[in-house]
Amino acid sequence: MSDLSNPKHALFVRDLRKHYGSVRAVDGLDLAVAPGECFGLLGPNGAGKTTTIEICEGLLAPDSGDVELLGLRWDREERQLRERLGIQLQETQLADKLTVQETVRLFRSFYKKGRTVNDVIALVQLEEKRDARVGKLSGGQKQRLALACAIVGDPDLLFLDEPTTGLDPQSRRQLWSLITEFKSLGRTIMLTTHYMDEAEMLCDRVAIVDHGKVIALGTPEHLIRSLGAEHVVDFALLDESVSLDEPTLRGLDGVLAARPLAGGYELQVGALHRAVPALLALLAQRGLQLSRLATHSATLEDVFVSLTGRQLRDE
Amino acid sequence: MCSFHSPGDNFAMSDTSDNSLWQLITVRFKEYTREPEALFWSFGFPILLAIGLGIAFRSKPADIVHVAVVTGDARATTLADALKRDSGLAVTLLPPDSAAAALRTGRVALIVAPDSVGGVLYQYDDTRPDARTARLMVNDAVQRGAGRADRLPIADRHIHERGSRYIDFVVPGLLGMTIMGGGIWGLGFSIVDQRRRNLLKRLVATPMSRAQYLASYVISRLVLLALEAGVLLGAATALFGVPMRGSFVSISIIVVLSALAFGGIGLLIASRSKTIEGVSGLMNLSMLPMWVLSGVFFSSENFPQVVQPFIKALPLTATNDALRATLLRGVSLPGVAPQLAILATWMIVCFGIALKIFRWR
Repeated sequence: MSDLSNPKHALFVRDLRKHYGSVRAVDGLDLAVAPGECFGLLGPNGAGKTTTIEICEGLLAPDSGDVELLGLRWDREERQLRERLGIQLQETQLADKLTVQETVRLFRSFYKKGRTVNDVIALVQLEEKRDARVGKLSGGQKQRLALACAIVGDPDLLFLDEPTTGLDPQSRRQLWSLITEFKSLGRTIMLTTHYMDEAEMLCDRVAIVDHGKVIALGTPEHLIRSLGAEHVVDFALLDESVSLDEPTLRGLDGVLAARPLAGGYELQVGALHRAVPALLALLAQRGLQLSRLATHSATLEDVFVSLTGRQLRDE
Repeated sequence: MCSFHSPGDNFAMSDTSDNSLWQLITVRFKEYTREPEALFWSFGFPILLAIGLGIAFRSKPADIVHVAVVTGDARATTLADALKRDSGLAVTLLPPDSAAAALRTGRVALIVAPDSVGGVLYQYDDTRPDARTARLMVNDAVQRGAGRADRLPIADRHIHERGSRYIDFVVPGLLGMTIMGGGIWGLGFSIVDQRRRNLLKRLVATPMSRAQYLASYVISRLVLLALEAGVLLGAATALFGVPMRGSFVSISIIVVLSALAFGGIGLLIASRSKTIEGVSGLMNLSMLPMWVLSGVFFSSENFPQVVQPFIKALPLTATNDALRATLLRGVSLPGVAPQLAILATWMIVCFGIALKIFRWR
C-alpha cells in the first residue's frame, strides 16, 4: 500500500512564522493539503508565497511553527522526505552546457527509485530536444525541463513555485496540460502563483495569501461564489473630472458593490441584464459619456480585490 | 500503490550504471570540455608561456656584449681595435650623441670614451648586470691593448648544465601556477556560478549527497590536473630538455597534495559568495600575492630576509620549492617534508573551515 494512506494530510502547516529583519514574510500561516489534491497559494508578489513553499520544501528554516509532509518532518526524516518530494524552484537556471538528456539523467541519479529518463523526457514533450543544450532552449522548454527534473524521482508530493511566470500564453497552456496530466495520476501538488486564471484552471483548492497570512480558503468556485456577484462591470467616463459617488452606483438595479478602480469604476453585479441598462440610464440622465465599458464573469482576481482593495498584479 | 503510469513505463528501479557520484563527475567533465576557453587556459596557456620564456631566455652560445666607442678623438680607432680582439665584444664606433642614445635604449651596455688626459672613461648603468660584465671585459681588453700582461697562466673549461638554465627554473613555477589556478578557479568559479543560478539550491532539494557533490569537484580536478601537469612537463622535456630528476611517485605526490591544498582554498573562497564579481575579487586577492612572491618567474629569495618566513608559508612557495627540488635536483620526499607539511596544513585548515561555513543555497 502507498505510504500516502497513513497520514491524513499530504502537507500540514500550523502557525508558521518567518521574518526578515522587520518584515514579517510569513505571519501565522496554517495550511492542510489532502493527499491527491492540487492546492494553490495565490497572492501578489511579496505576499510570502515563496517563503512559505521554501519552508515546506525544507530549504528555509521557519522562526516558529510546525510543518509535516507525508507524515514526516524535516528535523527527523530529511533523507526520506527528499526521496519523495519533487521540487521546482521559482528561478533555477540549469547548466547551459549540458543537454536535456544529460540534465534529466543527472537528477535521476540522485533518487533511489523513479521514472526512466526517457519516460520523463517524453512526458514533458521534449523528445525532439533530447540532445539540445539547455542554453539553447526557449523559456517554455526550460520550464518543462525543470518540471521533468522535479518529477523524475516519481514524487508523492510536487512543489511548483510560479511554474509559468514569464512564459508566453501558448507555453503556459502547454505547461498547464502537463500539470493536469500529473494531477490525474493522483499525486499531490502544491503550487504558488499570482495568476488567478492559473489557480482557477489547476487548483482543487486555493488559499489566498496576503501579508504572510491566509485571507481566504476554498475551491475557486466557492471563493468566487462568496462574492455574491456573478459578473463584474468595469467602466470609465470620457470626462475624467466628473466623479460618481459610490452609494448612487450601489443603488443601481442589480448592482451589489461598487468601487473606484484604475481611473474608472468597478461594479460587482448579480444580474448583468438589469445592471447594464440601469447604468446606461443613469449616465444618459446626467449627460455623461463612456470611454470604456467591459464586463467579465467574476474571477479569483475579483475575490482578491474585494478582500484587499488592491489588484493581484499591483507590484 | 498509486504509481505514475504512462504507456510503456516499467518503473525501472535503476539504470544501475547511473551512480550519482559518477553522474556528477561526468557532468563536471562535460561542462569543462564544452568550454573551449577553459581548455585553453589550463592546457595551452602554460605551454605558450613556457615557449615564449624559453625563447626569450634561451641559452645563447656565449653572450655577445655590445659596447660603443665614442669617435672624435684620434685614439678611438686604436681603442676599438683593442676591444675587437675579444670575441665576446661587439664594438661600434659612434659619435657622442648617438652613443648616448644607444646606451639609453639598451642597444649598447657601455660607452668607451677616450678622455683628454690619455685615460679612458666608461659610461654605464652599474645596476645592470650585463653592464657590469661589459665593464670587466672592456677594461681587460683596454689594459691588454695598453700592454698589460697576465701574471699567472690560466685555462677555461666550459660546462653547460641542464637544470640550471632559466627555462629549468621557470617550468616548475609554471606548473605550480597551473595547479593554483586550476584549484582556485576550477572550484571557486564553478561553485559560485551554480549558487548564483539557484542550481546549488535546486540540487540540495534532491536527495543528492552533499559529500558526493564536493567529491565530484575534487576528483574531476585531480584528473584534469594529471592531464595538465603531464602535458606541461611533457612539452618542457620534449622542447627544452628540462630534466625530471625526481621519481614519478615523488612528483605525483607533490602535485596531488598541492592540488588538494589549492582546492581547499578554492572551496573556502567559494563557500559564501553569491556573485561572480564577489568571488573573482576574492580569488584575485588570494592569488596575486603568490604570483608575485612565491617564485614563479624569479626566485623568491630576492625579497628581503624579514618577509621570508611569510613567503615560505605561502602554499605556492611550498609547491614551487618542492617541485624545483624534485624535478631539478632529484631530492626525494623526505627532503621536501617541510613543504609537504605546509601544503597539508593549508589543505586541512581550508577544507575544515569551508565545510563549516559553506552556504548550500
